[in-house]
Amino acid sequence: MLKIDNLRVNYGGIEAVKGISFEVPDKSIVTLIGANGAGKSTTLRSIVGLAKPSAGSSITLDGKELIGMDTPDIVSKGIALVPEGRRVFPDMTVIENIKIGAYLRNDNLDEDINWVYDLFPRLKERSWQLSGTLSGGEQQMLAVARALMSHPRILMMDEPSLGLAPLIVKDIFSIIKEINKKGVTVLLIEQNANMALHTADVGYVLETGRITLSGPGKELLADESVKAAYLGKKKD
Amino acid sequence: MSLSTFLQQCLTGISLGGAYALIAIGYTLVYGILRLINFAHGDIFMMAGYFMIFAMATFPWYIAIPIVLLITVLLGVSIERVAYRPLRTAPRMSVMISAIGVSYLLQNLATYLFTALPKGYPEIPFLKKIFKIGGLSASFVTFLTPVLTLIIVYALIILINKTKIGMAMRAVSKDYDTASLMGIKINRVITFTFAIGSLLAAVGSILYFTDRMTVFPFSGSLPGLKCFVAAVFGGIGSIPGAVIGGFILGLGETALVAMGYSTFSDAFTFVLLIVILLIKPTGLFGEKTTDKV
Repeated sequence: MLKIDNLRVNYGGIEAVKGISFEVPDKSIVTLIGANGAGKSTTLRSIVGLAKPSAGSSITLDGKELIGMDTPDIVSKGIALVPEGRRVFPDMTVIENIKIGAYLRNDNLDEDINWVYDLFPRLKERSWQLSGTLSGGEQQMLAVARALMSHPRILMMDEPSLGLAPLIVKDIFSIIKEINKKGVTVLLIEQNANMALHTADVGYVLETGRITLSGPGKELLADESVKAAYLGKKKD
Repeated sequence: MSLSTFLQQCLTGISLGGAYALIAIGYTLVYGILRLINFAHGDIFMMAGYFMIFAMATFPWYIAIPIVLLITVLLGVSIERVAYRPLRTAPRMSVMISAIGVSYLLQNLATYLFTALPKGYPEIPFLKKIFKIGGLSASFVTFLTPVLTLIIVYALIILINKTKIGMAMRAVSKDYDTASLMGIKINRVITFTFAIGSLLAAVGSILYFTDRMTVFPFSGSLPGLKCFVAAVFGGIGSIPGAVIGGFILGLGETALVAMGYSTFSDAFTFVLLIVILLIKPTGLFGEKTTDKV
């Protein structure tokens, strides 16, 4: 289980995350929703060690503290992040991007390559294409495929739906569920609250660095203030 | 000019170009990963020259060469460790100034330790043997340099495109954060890059100084500057670019000498730099700056 306790992060004097605590139980789908600047990405970046939390914060995986560890060491513990804006390596081919996702592994990759190609048949067709020439949706698929190649226990995704056509967003979310069924824990952050809450077991609402609301996804969907703020429905 | 004189000059030019290419690759590799122009690179090359003098004083050449390669690699890697790594998150200008500082430090250290008087470079017997092919005659090193350069470049390209560490180098050169998310240890890749750059500088130094016979504390600065220009000409960050830049520089310089304008042979480098910066500032194979988001 991944446990975040009293996480605080400063960015150049501004406190982006102001002491949040939440848990990601094994094999669940947890989502953090919130507007721009709420501190969602900073939270994920802190978990993988790309942002440095302030003293007093704690992030533990099965009781072991992750703060202070290097990113590659955290990744080797089974946490993978699909970063915001996909960040595929544009000068590498699709297959190279997939292989680099398995950088820490030394076993045979064929089976897993076939698996991600089955999940995303479009990538298979474009195997030898340079990743920079893919469409946004294809790049997102590639970023997810790349993250899966490390065999993560916990897959974290930073706004996978950003800038994608609604149909592709639906595809991505159904694949998230499929991956979760295989036993992978998913931590998802989204502005697309509707899709995220429909998919997630548990949701947390983040506002300017604080968690203001939490509960099962379905319950949050019905919550009046969530409806008003994120789902574009008026309060009656 | 007779045909054989012409070919003879071409051979000299290609050979000089090969040594330039090896050094230029060092600039381009480090720039590709760190976006840093390693001004100390020419002085690492000079130090390799001194290492050879001392190694050959006690050992036969076949032991001296590996020792020189190893010590030069250690020097390059420690410079990165001490002068560049602590500045990893500092602005790029600070790292560059640190590189200039290291360059002066090495020059002055060499002056202090070995005096400013040129020291004779040891002769490696088999490299100095005179060979004759058709009408051409030159020492073995002149024939060896371009061949060795091409073999090394080929091996390097295979390393970068086909191996895991090469893939990691390409990833780090694009995006530190994402590379570390793949589990790549950035500092290890950077150390490896400096090791390769310094190794090539050491090989280049053996080939270059064998032809020139003396080493002094500033014998790295002009070749270093020229090879930097070669890397910029080819498009800094690109290995084939650095190689082609090196060869063009070597051939151009030799051509000027052959035509009797030896006074201007050094100026050729800088004219070339000005021309390429005016016509194609990113160099022959420079990175395109357009990014698809």
